[in-house]
Amino acid sequence: MLGKLDWSAIPFDQPIPLVAGAVVLVAILAVLIWVVVKGHLPYLWHEWITSVDHKRIGVMYILLASVMLLRGGSDAIMMRIQQAVAYQSQGYLPPEHYNQIFSAHGTIMIFFVAMPFVIGLMNLVVPLQLGVRDVAFPTLNSVGFWLTATGALLVNISLVVGEFARTGWLAFPPLSGLSYSPGVGVDYYAWSLQISGVGTLVAGINLVTTVLKLRTRGMNYLRMPMFCWTTLASNLLIVAAFPILTATLAMLLLDRYLGFHFFTNEAGGNVMMFMNLIWAWGHPEVYILVLPAFGIFSEVVSTFSGKALFGYRSMVLATMAICVVSFMVWLHHFFTMGAGPDVNAIFGIASMIIAIPTGVKIYNWLFTMYGGRIRFATPMLWSVGFMVTFIIGGLTGVLVAVPPADFMLHNSMFLVAHFHNVIIGGVLFGAFAGFEYWFPKAFGFRLDERWGKAAFWFTFTGFYVTFMPLYIAGMLGMTRRLQHYDVAAWRPWMIVAAVGMAVLTIGVICQIMQLVVSIRNREALRDRTGDPWDGRSLEWATSSPPPVFNFAFNPDVRGEDAYWDMKIHARQQSFEHEEPEYQDIEMPRNSPTGFVCAFFASIMGFALIWHIWWMVILGGIGAFATFVVFAWRDHDEYVIPAAEVAHIDRVNLEERRSLVSMAGAV
Amino acid sequence: MSMTATVGHAHADPHHIGVVIEHPGPASKRIVTAYGFWVFLLSDIVMFSCFFAAYAVLSGQTADGPKGSEIFEQRNVAIETVCLLLSSFTCGMASIAADVRNRLWFYLGMAVTCVLGLIFLTIEFREFADLVARGYGPSRSAFLTSFFSLVGCHGLHVSAGVLWLLTMMAQVFAKGFRADVLRRMMCFALFWHALDIIWVGVFSVVYLLGGAP
Repeated sequence: MLGKLDWSAIPFDQPIPLVAGAVVLVAILAVLIWVVVKGHLPYLWHEWITSVDHKRIGVMYILLASVMLLRGGSDAIMMRIQQAVAYQSQGYLPPEHYNQIFSAHGTIMIFFVAMPFVIGLMNLVVPLQLGVRDVAFPTLNSVGFWLTATGALLVNISLVVGEFARTGWLAFPPLSGLSYSPGVGVDYYAWSLQISGVGTLVAGINLVTTVLKLRTRGMNYLRMPMFCWTTLASNLLIVAAFPILTATLAMLLLDRYLGFHFFTNEAGGNVMMFMNLIWAWGHPEVYILVLPAFGIFSEVVSTFSGKALFGYRSMVLATMAICVVSFMVWLHHFFTMGAGPDVNAIFGIASMIIAIPTGVKIYNWLFTMYGGRIRFATPMLWSVGFMVTFIIGGLTGVLVAVPPADFMLHNSMFLVAHFHNVIIGGVLFGAFAGFEYWFPKAFGFRLDERWGKAAFWFTFTGFYVTFMPLYIAGMLGMTRRLQHYDVAAWRPWMIVAAVGMAVLTIGVICQIMQLVVSIRNREALRDRTGDPWDGRSLEWATSSPPPVFNFAFNPDVRGEDAYWDMKIHARQQSFEHEEPEYQDIEMPRNSPTGFVCAFFASIMGFALIWHIWWMVILGGIGAFATFVVFAWRDHDEYVIPAAEVAHIDRVNLEERRSLVSMAGAV
Repeated sequence: MSMTATVGHAHADPHHIGVVIEHPGPASKRIVTAYGFWVFLLSDIVMFSCFFAAYAVLSGQTADGPKGSEIFEQRNVAIETVCLLLSSFTCGMASIAADVRNRLWFYLGMAVTCVLGLIFLTIEFREFADLVARGYGPSRSAFLTSFFSLVGCHGLHVSAGVLWLLTMMAQVFAKGFRADVLRRMMCFALFWHALDIIWVGVFSVVYLLGGAP
C-alpha cells in the first residue's frame, strides 16, 4: 500500500534532523495558523499564490531562495564545526549524516538558492526594463515557480522522512547506483531536481521569448539594458543545458528503478558517460548563475557612478562569448580521469579563454567607475566587493584550468575554496546587490542603509576568513568532504574557517535585521518617486511598487539608458502637461493552475521516491486534469478600465514632475 | 562622457554605421506563442540528443547479448516510418482545415493522424514486448538499455502527442476555432512534425546504422 515507506523511515535515533525537522514543522504550522486566524488566507490566495504577475512571482522566487539560504547555511555551519573539531576524533556528526549534509548543502545552494534568486530577480525586473506589461507566458511562469517550490519541499521532507543522498551534489555513479546507494536518498535528490528542473526550463523558455519577442517600441537589441542581455544569455543556456540534466537524471533513475545499464559497472554500462553528460550541463550552469549577476553589477555600477556603462557593445559581445564558450569547457571538471594530454590541453585552453571576456567585463566596470561621481550605497558596496573577490576566484580558476596543476589540486580543499570564491563572490554578492537595488522598486520603500552596510562588511570579511584558509589547507593536501582527519597541519586552518563562518553568520543576521528594521520604518523609508537611485533604465520610469500593468503606455525608446534620456529630455523641455488619452488595458487573469499542478507534482514525486505506484498514477492524472481544466476556461483576461488606469498613472506622474522640477531647481 | 547628449539615433548608433531600424514593439500573441514553443522544441531536441549520444556510446556494448542486426526487423520499422510520415501529412491537412475553420476536414485529419499514431505505437509496443519475452529486455545489456530508452522516449512523446491530439479535438468540439484553441493547434502541429523529424534520426541512427551487421 505505501511502497517502501514505513516507520523506520523516521530517524528516531538521530536527534539532530529530528529536532531540526520539528522546529521547521512548528514554525510552518505557526505561520499557517497565524495566516488563517488573522484572515490573511484569501489575500494570500488571490494576490500571491494564484498570481500570474511577474513581479509577484519574482518576489516569491526570492523569498523561496532566502528561506532555503538559511537551510543551506545551517548545513554549512554544521560542516565547518565538524571539520574544526574532528581532528583525530569522530567529531559530532556520524559519517552517514555528514555525507548527507554536504550533499544537501551543495544541492540546495545551487538549485534552491542561487537559481531561484537569479530567476526571481530576472522575473521581477526584465519586463520592466523592456517596457512591457508582463512576460511572454504568465501562467506558465507561475507553474515554473511552484514546481521549483515542489523540488525544495521534497528536499526538505527528506530531512525527516527517510534520508537525503550521501553522494555529493552531483551524485556520481557507481556510488549513486542501486548497489552502493540502496536507500531513498538518491531518489529524493533525483526526483526533486527533475521536478524543479522542469520549472527552470519553463522559466528559461519564458524569459528567452520575453526578451526576444516582447520589447517596447524602439527597444532595439543594442538599446537593451545590460541586465536584459545577460538574462537572454543565461536563459539561452538554460534552454540548451537543462534538458541535458533532465536526460542524465532520467538515465540514472532508469538504472535505479528498472535495472537499466547506463552507468553501471556490469553489462557494458559507462560511468564516464555520466561525468560527461552531467558536466555538459554543470558547467553552463555556473554561467547561468553568474551571467545575471554580471548584469546586475553592470546596472548598479553604472547607476551609482552616474555614468553610462563603459564599453556597452564590448559588454554585449563578452556576454554572448561567455554564453557560447561555456559549452566547450566541461571536461576540465575531470582532467584527472584519463582523457589524454591532447584533449586535456584543448579543454584547458578553452577554460582559460573564458577568462578573457570576463576580464573585459571587469575592465568595463572599472572604467565605468573611473571619473564617475560614485555613491557608495549598499548595492555599490556589494558590487565593488564582488570585483575584488571575483578576481581572486577567477585567478585560482585559471590556475586549476592548467591540467598539470589540476592533477595536484583536483578534489582538494583548494577547489572547494575556488568555487565558493566565484559563487559567493559572484552570484551571491550579485544577488544581494540586486536585492538591495531593486527592493524599493518591488515594495515602495528603501532598505535600511546602516544594517545593509553592516551586513556587507560582515559577509565580506567572513567570506575571506572562511575561505582563504581552505585554499591553504588544499595546498597542504587536504581533500574535500572529509568527515575527520589526522593531519595536525590542517587543524589551525579549519579552526580559522569556523571562526569565519561565525562572522558570515553575523552577516546573515544583519541582513535579517535590515529587513525587519526597514519594514518597521517603512513610512520613513518610503520612496514616492519610483526612482530612488536616480536610475537609468525603464524600471525606474514607473511607480514603486509598479501598478499591475507596469506602464500606462508602453514607453517609446530612442537610445541606450532609456529612462536617463527621458529625464534629460524632461529637464530641458519640462514635462508636457497635456493629459494623454488613457485606454483600457487587458491583463491576464490569475490562475491556480501553477499551485494545483505543483500540488500533484509533489504527490507524484513523493510517491515515486517511495514506490507507491497507485499514488503516482493519481498524481499524474491530477496534473493532466489541471491542464485540461486550465485549457477549458473561457476568460483568461480581464480589463482595467481607462479611468482606473488614468487615476493610477496621474498619481505617478505628479510625483515624478515634482521630482524633476526639484532637480531642475538644484 | 557628456550626459546631455541629444536623444535620438546618434546615441544608439554613435559611429553612424547604418540607419537604425526602430523595433516596432511587442509581437502578437500568435507569434509569441509559436516562438516560445519552438524554443521548447529545441530544448526537447537537446534532450533527445543526449539519448542519441548514449546510444552512440553504448551500441557496441552488447555484453554477449544480441546485436542490433540480430533483433531489428526492418519490415516493421518501415511500416512504422510510413505511418509516422503519413500522419505528418494528415496533421498538416488538419492544420489547414483549422485555418479555414472547416470542422469536418479538421476532425477527419486529426482522426486519421490519431489512428496512424496508434498503429505506430502498437507496432512499437509489440516489438518491445517481443524482445522482452525473448529475454532481450533493457536490463540485458547496455546496448539494449540505450535502444529501449531512445526509442521508448520517442514512443512516450508520441503517446503524449496522441493524448494532446484527443484533447485538441475535444477542445474544438466544445469551444470551436477560438483564437487560443488555434494557437494550441499550431503548437500541437509543430510538436507532431518535430516528432517526425526525430523519428527520421531514430530510423537512421538506430535501425539503419545500428542494424548493420
